[in-house]
Amino acid sequence: MSLAELVAGIIVVALNAYALLGGADFGGGVWDLLARGPRRERQRHLIAEAIGPVWEANHVWLILAIVLLFTCFPPAFARLGTLLHIPLSLVLIGIVLRGSAFTFWRYGGGAGGGHGSETERHWGVVFAIASLITPLLLGTTVGSIASGALGEGGRGKGEGFFQVYVGPWLTPFALSVGVFALIAFAFLAAVYLTLEAQERELQEDFRRRALGAGVALFFAALAALLLSQRWAPRVREALIFAPWAVPLHLLTAATAVTALAALWRRRWRVARVAAATQVSLILWGWALAQYPYVLPPDLPVEAAAAPAVTLRLVLAALALGALVLLPSLYYLLRIFKSRQPSEVP
Amino acid sequence: MSDLLAARSQMAVSLAFHIVFAMVGIAMPVLMVVAERRWQVTGQDVYLELARRWAKGTAILFAVGAVSGTVLSFELGLLWPEFMRFAGPIIGMPFSLEGFAFFTEAIFLGVYLYGWERISRRAHLAAGVLVAVSGGLSGIFVVIANAWMNTPTGFELVAGRAVNVDPLAAMANPAALPQAVHMALAAYAATGLGVAGIHAFLLLKDPSNAFHRRALVIALLVGGPAAVLQPVAGDFAARHVARHQPTKLAAAEALFETTAPAPLVLGGWPDVAARRTRGAIEIPYGLSLLAFHDPRAEVKGLDVVPRDEWPNVPIVHFAFQLMVALGTYMALVALWAGWRGWRGKDLAHDRRLMRALALATPMGFIATEAGWVVTEVGRQPWVIYGVLKTADAVTPMPGLIVPFLTFTLLYCFLGAIVSWLLYRQIIRSPRVTE
Repeated sequence: MSLAELVAGIIVVALNAYALLGGADFGGGVWDLLARGPRRERQRHLIAEAIGPVWEANHVWLILAIVLLFTCFPPAFARLGTLLHIPLSLVLIGIVLRGSAFTFWRYGGGAGGGHGSETERHWGVVFAIASLITPLLLGTTVGSIASGALGEGGRGKGEGFFQVYVGPWLTPFALSVGVFALIAFAFLAAVYLTLEAQERELQEDFRRRALGAGVALFFAALAALLLSQRWAPRVREALIFAPWAVPLHLLTAATAVTALAALWRRRWRVARVAAATQVSLILWGWALAQYPYVLPPDLPVEAAAAPAVTLRLVLAALALGALVLLPSLYYLLRIFKSRQPSEVP
Repeated sequence: MSDLLAARSQMAVSLAFHIVFAMVGIAMPVLMVVAERRWQVTGQDVYLELARRWAKGTAILFAVGAVSGTVLSFELGLLWPEFMRFAGPIIGMPFSLEGFAFFTEAIFLGVYLYGWERISRRAHLAAGVLVAVSGGLSGIFVVIANAWMNTPTGFELVAGRAVNVDPLAAMANPAALPQAVHMALAAYAATGLGVAGIHAFLLLKDPSNAFHRRALVIALLVGGPAAVLQPVAGDFAARHVARHQPTKLAAAEALFETTAPAPLVLGGWPDVAARRTRGAIEIPYGLSLLAFHDPRAEVKGLDVVPRDEWPNVPIVHFAFQLMVALGTYMALVALWAGWRGWRGKDLAHDRRLMRALALATPMGFIATEAGWVVTEVGRQPWVIYGVLKTADAVTPMPGLIVPFLTFTLLYCFLGAIVSWLLYRQIIRSPRVTE
């Protein structure tokens, strides 16, 4: 494995962590928006409790991926920034609104805190809507990359504003990946929340939501696969004919079935592991399918890579950073994800 | 508005907005940790109340700083893809390190904010210290990357491409140290005196309120020394600019002709067409003394580069004067407060000092914005000084006025909400008698 491939792999790891952690925070926003029934406020409270302490840390995975991309694969970053200017700008607006609305919503109540007031509900709505738009467009971005629409030396799909700056991402396939990402994040969030909930009724609420999202995820995957035939033939070919394809699909299917079965039998911990593995496998499937390209069909990892000295230094910094980061993350998750939730500060 | 100007304006708005929150994110944790430590030592509940309230303010400001920082990291590619294509491999290193520092800060801020009842007192304080340290480090790393744009090193330019890239040499660029010191002090001075100013204002009405009195002392202890040291660091930075970026200093001082000895130009309006500054006060030998510590030294003027490589002289000159004036005021007020405190006087009952401090509340932030205008506008037309022009780095995407206006509106909206939330926090401050 070359240095460039190693760094590319680490970027996928960062994206994977972002999907499992930050993605679930987006998913929490979805369930906040869809909170229904007599336990509506308790559902929202649980979501806020679960997200609060890990919010900022989960978000940094995306920054890490971006920094690694522009340091180690600058031509890919330049091309993404140019051709996907519009969806990425919208993602940013979503991230800004989501992050600040969540904090304002939590801390806006002044000394007393206390959820449920009018103002706080407004923030909740902003937070929730931003939670819908951001994953949808992040997924669309991934779909656009996978479909090979960012190729031809970075000219998009031809001449003219629409062809260059809109055409590459406003395709049925890219949008279907966006929908898939949204449902996957909602699925993860619901599965995690069954573990976070301390009351049986709330667990049941999120169990039903998780099962529903898990089934919806299957149909979204099917839709993306059907659309890929016309819009993303290269990735589709790899996903069907590559030597690793069949084992990967079997494994993904097995984890999906395990997740649903575990939810059905109320084995929350098993469900969490299975759901997280399922989403990770799908992400790695995408990465493998477009290997050896950072941006298919004409920007391979090796050609896009920064000079070896930069890659070596970044890898050294990553190793050093991991020494600080991994124990810190473990500490954070151990404090907040292994015990009873406490009062809102 | 041209696309280039729209892109520059969007970047300027994004940076100007982010810097305020980044500075508070660097310095505010120091205040809250000191307050918590005082609580642990003295057992006075007023310190705990202070630490908790400052932590809450930090949480709001940190969140906005984090998202606006994310916007910036994307905007590097959305607005300046050609800059990143060139610079990414050379200065990605400090950004990567910043990523880890920021990660550590985010993790331990979560531990700090939500962990009051979950971990031991000692562990809680240690989490706060880690937030403060990693916040300071992340600021320094980002400034190092910016310093490289001013004094690029660590590569060779062959036919417009960077070869023999050395990211460590790029990090060790000459402007890194003066800029990092100047910016770190700015964060502590602006935030410390900003907080001190708010409490001074409230003490004018209620001089015996122990809550504000304690807050004032802690804020002054953090902000005061930084404000006093800042002119020294500024002198260090300016002498450095005189050597490495002569056009920036010439624009800041509105010095059109290379002169020896050069006078210090105070105020006035630079008339670029006539190449002279109208209505200014000139102090003979002043600039030579300040820039080279030698009254006879020659100072390079704007005439050393062609006219089309001049930055916008009136803006840079005005911003520089504003920064120096505000910084001087802050240093003097800090010295005054330090003197009164050292003499054992009751600061809170000194109404003139309290008024002077209240007046200083926004000054550090305004001075920092002005300082960034000097360093960024003063580098134009270059994005990488002497290597890459800003006009050659911008994205080919048309219609950039749309994202510029969108992000400006978004930030105005966020700024208004944050101000309102902080105002509500502040007016709810408790009455505590001694």
